[in-house]
Amino acid sequence: MENLVYVALFAPFVGSLFAGLFFARSPKTHLVGVVNSTLIAVAFIAAVTLALHVAEHGPIHVTMMTWIGIGDLNIPFGFLVDEVSVTMMLVVTLVSTIVHIYSTGYMDHDKSYNRFFAYLSAFVFSMMILVMSDNFAGLFIGWEGVGVCSWLLIGFWYQKEDRPFEENPSISPSWAANEAFIMNRIADLGMLVGIFLIYWNTGSLQYDVVFDKLPHLADGLLVSIAIALFIGAMGKSAQFPLHTWLTDAMEGPTPVSALIHAATMVTAGVFLVIRANPLYSLEAVHGVSMFIASLGAFVAFYAASMALSARDIKRIVALSTLSQLGYMFAAAGLGAYWIALFHLAAHAFFKALLFLGAGNVMHAMDDELDIFKMGGLKKVMMGSYIYMFIASFALAGLPFMAGFYSKDAIIESAFNDGSYIIWFILVVTAGMTAFYSFRQVFFTFHGEERYKALGFHPHDMYKYVLVAMSPLAILAISFGWFMDSYHEFIIKNLPDYEMSHHTEHLAPYLGGLVIILAVTGIVIAYKKYAGTGENAWKRDEEFEKSFIYRLVANQYYVPQFYDQYIVQPYKIASAKFWEIDKAVVDGFVDFIGKGAYKTGDVSRRMQNGNLSSYLNWMGVGALILVLIAVISSVIG
Amino acid sequence: MIGVNHYLILSGLLFSIGFMGVLRRKNLLMLFFATEVMLNAVNIAFAAIGSYYGDLSGQMFAFFVIAVAASEVAVGLGLLILLYKKYGSLDLDVISSMKG
Repeated sequence: MENLVYVALFAPFVGSLFAGLFFARSPKTHLVGVVNSTLIAVAFIAAVTLALHVAEHGPIHVTMMTWIGIGDLNIPFGFLVDEVSVTMMLVVTLVSTIVHIYSTGYMDHDKSYNRFFAYLSAFVFSMMILVMSDNFAGLFIGWEGVGVCSWLLIGFWYQKEDRPFEENPSISPSWAANEAFIMNRIADLGMLVGIFLIYWNTGSLQYDVVFDKLPHLADGLLVSIAIALFIGAMGKSAQFPLHTWLTDAMEGPTPVSALIHAATMVTAGVFLVIRANPLYSLEAVHGVSMFIASLGAFVAFYAASMALSARDIKRIVALSTLSQLGYMFAAAGLGAYWIALFHLAAHAFFKALLFLGAGNVMHAMDDELDIFKMGGLKKVMMGSYIYMFIASFALAGLPFMAGFYSKDAIIESAFNDGSYIIWFILVVTAGMTAFYSFRQVFFTFHGEERYKALGFHPHDMYKYVLVAMSPLAILAISFGWFMDSYHEFIIKNLPDYEMSHHTEHLAPYLGGLVIILAVTGIVIAYKKYAGTGENAWKRDEEFEKSFIYRLVANQYYVPQFYDQYIVQPYKIASAKFWEIDKAVVDGFVDFIGKGAYKTGDVSRRMQNGNLSSYLNWMGVGALILVLIAVISSVIG
Repeated sequence: MIGVNHYLILSGLLFSIGFMGVLRRKNLLMLFFATEVMLNAVNIAFAAIGSYYGDLSGQMFAFFVIAVAASEVAVGLGLLILLYKKYGSLDLDVISSMKG
């Protein structure tokens, strides 16, 4: 079994090296796509086997080697495959296998095809380290690794020109990549502080040791650790106020958005909170947990409201990701860790499917993102239409789909906890979710064929790509059916969440309310956007000028605010500091260098080749020596 | 009465004359003469101090200096002849070839 752990971990790494070392400079090679997809599939099979093993025999803990061993500090490269990490491994490897296969079709015409696979596989490797590590240091390595890969992949088309901020909030792919990286750095600092605090106070970074010692620490300390770790989670999972990078990250290729910025990496923050559940469920940090839940609920609503008016097909999906991450944090904050993890997995499947479907649309429309220019694509892209429809159904949380079970459980636990405000926000957001996801579907696939006038000739994706997407579609439908068996599996490791009898009793009504809201949202979207001919959707210029619309469409002016009050002042300050730096630091260094140079230039003239002048200098030197001897003998 | 001080003053004067010659003269042959004067100034001092302390090492050392100076002059004059053949002059300003 130990070997399988290493296979699951290192197969993606081998793929990355294969593509990166041998094919980085060669032209597009299909071999790279095939080999890398196969290796990730191997990792997936290993993960499945491990999952079966864990279900039967319990967790596997392996230590590969000592990484850092100085004095009392001992950090091994250890890997823990338990119920939580194996869930993440399954999700990560499954989605990445499909995304790899999808990319062989999607990136077919890109000249940096090989480079793309090197990065994508490296990402999977980092993510595996993140979820499998048995200590906080390993987690942090994976955490930074996925950050770097995300940076590389968002900025994959780095050659694209900058555009003005007013035209496009994410100025260019390289700008978006830097934004994502810098925002994550800010959050990572918080996380590092948390890790240091843990080490100082428990003397270890191993999960089991740390969690054993935590209850004996002072309350204030526990709260600081919880806050610091959550700041790290906020950055990676793009929670307010560090959320702007996620929508801008859509500048990357769509498979990247599907894998990294929807299904896996952004859920790392949720994973961290779930992993550290012994900390977050302590009585002392109850306040922090409540804050996490409230922030989650707020972000769920906030992101959903922005998605209502977004026109960019990828931004809509990105905002819905943000919103769903909010749901996960709400669940985790309320102590329903296993429900958060369940929603994480379900969300990964339908969101990846949604993104890949959106990628198909983009591919067909020559990278056009504006849904106002689409419409009626159903006729030409039946396969993608079905997938998008299924994924949106699951996202909206309609009965018997994956999203229904997980999201409903979160809403129920909010009700059960007595946090009625959070419950109310989540319920309203569920309705909004249904509306905006179907608004997108209807805009894209139904209604008037607006693209015809604009001269697009859409065509559906390759057949094999559509077939490769089918596992996601199947899981988006059926994943929720396994909720009970998953519950049995996961509570061996995570605390169970008991619904009170009162909630149990009310559950059908609560679920019914959510369904009614969701259906209402879909019906409104259908009425408004799916009509043809007479009933076709027309732009409402008046409404677009209204304050609310502009507020929402401009993402509450948060990006503008950041640009105006953080980025620009920072640029000015940087320019000033640069001048100071030039005068003081550079000046000092230059002074030393130039001084030596000048001295040499002046004293060079002594070497004139004239013996007489040499003798004169020698005489001067001898006199000086005599003088020194005399003076020193007189003085002392 | 001529004491050791007189000898030392004479030695100092001769040394200064030789030193000035080394600094001021341009002709290589003259430089040699000047160094000889300096060496002999030192010899006087050695001999005088040796006699003053009743120690023969001073005089002995003076002999060594005379011997070394003689051999030095023999080698040095040979080099000077070669230099003169090459440049047609022994003036240091003419001989110097480096431009610092």
